[in-house]
Amino acid sequence: MKRTVYFTLLLLVLALVLAACGGQALECEDEIGCVEVAPDEPITVAYMLTISGPTAFLGEDSRGGIEIAIDDRGGELLGHSIELVGEDSLCSAEGGQTAAQKVAANTKVVGIIGTNCSSAATAALPIISEAGLVMISPSNTAPALTDPNGTWQPGYFRTAHNDLFQGRVAADFAYNELGARTAATIHDGSPYADGLQAVFAERFQELGGTITFQGAVNVGDTDMRPILTNIAADSPDVLYFPIFEPEGNFIAAQSKEIPGLENTTLMGADGLLVDSFPEATGPAAEGMYLSGPYITGSAYDEFLSKWEAKFGGSPPSGFHAHAYDATNILFDAIEKVAVQGDDGSLLIPRKALRDAIASTANFNGLTGTLTCSETGDCATGEALGIYQITDAEISGGNWPPEVVWTP
Amino acid sequence: MREKFFERFSWVSLVLNSFRIIVIILIVVGAFNTLQGGKYTTSQWVSLSVSGLAQGSIYALIALGYTLVYGILLMINFAHGEVFMAGAFTAVFVAEAFKESGFLDSSPLLAVTILILVAAVVSTVVAVILERVAYRPLRGAPRLVPLITAIGASFFLQYTFRGLYGSGFKSYPEVAAVQGTWHIAGNDIPIVQIVVFVAAILLMVALYWLVERTKVGKAMRAVSENKEVAALMGIDIDQIIVMTFAIGGALAGAAGVINGLYRPQGVSFTMGFFPGIKAFTAAVLGGIGNIPGAMLGGLFLGVFESIGPNLILEGLGIPAANQLKDAIAFTMLVLVLIFRPQGILGERLTEKKA
Repeated sequence: MKRTVYFTLLLLVLALVLAACGGQALECEDEIGCVEVAPDEPITVAYMLTISGPTAFLGEDSRGGIEIAIDDRGGELLGHSIELVGEDSLCSAEGGQTAAQKVAANTKVVGIIGTNCSSAATAALPIISEAGLVMISPSNTAPALTDPNGTWQPGYFRTAHNDLFQGRVAADFAYNELGARTAATIHDGSPYADGLQAVFAERFQELGGTITFQGAVNVGDTDMRPILTNIAADSPDVLYFPIFEPEGNFIAAQSKEIPGLENTTLMGADGLLVDSFPEATGPAAEGMYLSGPYITGSAYDEFLSKWEAKFGGSPPSGFHAHAYDATNILFDAIEKVAVQGDDGSLLIPRKALRDAIASTANFNGLTGTLTCSETGDCATGEALGIYQITDAEISGGNWPPEVVWTP
Repeated sequence: MREKFFERFSWVSLVLNSFRIIVIILIVVGAFNTLQGGKYTTSQWVSLSVSGLAQGSIYALIALGYTLVYGILLMINFAHGEVFMAGAFTAVFVAEAFKESGFLDSSPLLAVTILILVAAVVSTVVAVILERVAYRPLRGAPRLVPLITAIGASFFLQYTFRGLYGSGFKSYPEVAAVQGTWHIAGNDIPIVQIVVFVAAILLMVALYWLVERTKVGKAMRAVSENKEVAALMGIDIDQIIVMTFAIGGALAGAAGVINGLYRPQGVSFTMGFFPGIKAFTAAVLGGIGNIPGAMLGGLFLGVFESIGPNLILEGLGIPAANQLKDAIAFTMLVLVLIFRPQGILGERLTEKKA
């Protein structure tokens, strides 16, 4: 009796193995492996975005861009449906690491769109790279991420502008357009804000300006009077704080109560370029400048109308178009390298996929013409502008604010 | 054996003593250097201190909730920050409606009072439900158990409110009546800071009166002294515990609106976390379980946080001094606990309580 059971089991296993081999004529020759997609299986793409917590608007913004990119392909790629899975990478190193481990454990994932925050990317990157995955970020801007001597690892790309561009643009604007000669900066300890203010300060000094103060606050601080009192001692022309909500709101609002800062112009960056910022800050935000992605063109208008139809309203932040482009670059590369079997199965070689993305040239995206470098920078920094907040945004209804200057 | 014990004992006290001395030297040297440098004017110090007092009075109101519950249940209600958030987050919608209808500007005192009542009611309801669902079933359990439950409840509340009101930031409308400054003794003091301070003090006085002069207060004190004996005297323990949570919740809700007056921005589902931690620190600083202690601890922490980084750290030449604001607050806590383990006004706890 026992023998019969074993025999049947053996037969069953053999049958399964044979069935698997029979349909599988494709062989993986890639040095870091392949993703196999069975004939009726979907192609799995993952997102790693900040979908909870105070920066959830960033994740919402990017995910919308990804979903519209999938819709534009009819939800299909090479005859397979596209499945979008996702993890919450938060806006922290811990979140990035946890999300990366979860995504890397899923061997069906072909590529990742993410992360939003540079801090999450820095922690996620070693795991993602080790797993042979590709990750294209719509909104990481920290310079170190695409610096081979920094935290760059093979498999990482971004469609967001490098902050080396953004910090320069902000400093050029402050010095040349506003005529500022002294500036103070505040960061919040994140790689994003710290990197950005450092680039700003360096460029500002290079142009001939003086940096009076470079300081930092904590994420979670609400009382900014001490640091503002410190800054007010020198009454700088410009106060640059490329941080996030709500700390940015507190700085902007409380700066109006500090004697010595009456003539100081406030400047922020794309972290504060979110529709809730002016309204939540109130009159203190009036006249404040924000640097950030600036996208124009009929293709973008079309994208916005798709957004309106799908989600209602307008995107909550500035990186939806970057997410859309990132998704399309990934899809194009998959189409380029995937090997199709006779029965409709797919084999996607991982190393070849990386190379295909790295060789992306003159990609016509919403954010401009993108050409990816070997170390992951796909954006050239041309799609940047300086926005100015006016009463129209503060009293609600109008978003985004008007662009007053482009480099 | 005995000798060994004394040897170790003196080691510990040596380390503690030298730590005290080092910290005090650092504080004195830092403050001296900063004042010597003369970077800040007297009026700047005054305005920092006053804004610290206003912030501190908000900490104090929240801290009272921790201290009341600890006094009776010997338990740290770590979800108390979320009780504060619940009131503040709900009242912001009412405040927006008041602003739009013009009610907030035409009769600000009445409008703000209604806002405080709304927030207090919401926070009270949340606190009472919290006690009923998360703490009462665990009353006989070891003390670590409700502590962990509190942390779980804290996350539950945060994400419940995120589900209800969304993840975006809201802000309180400006109340025209409290804008501007008063000129007092050569310094311009923002009216809103004075209003916040006075409102908080009034609430604290009311609480003190409630606890010391009313029957409910007497029952609360009795329960805190000894639950079993209080029950034998005919006090309904469960009811008193619910009352305690309700009072703590109401104060937290009121603090939510007062905080909104003082600092309108940043109202979101995560807003309760840091004030919660700071208020807990304030409660311990003042002597947990002691009501005037929580008030004093809150004010002390607020002022120290406000002037500490500029006064002490800058004088020591520490870069990014303002980022170390929290470090200052917690160093202060450690320092006070070394000198007076029971807190500034705390009594030495009996064996059972400690």
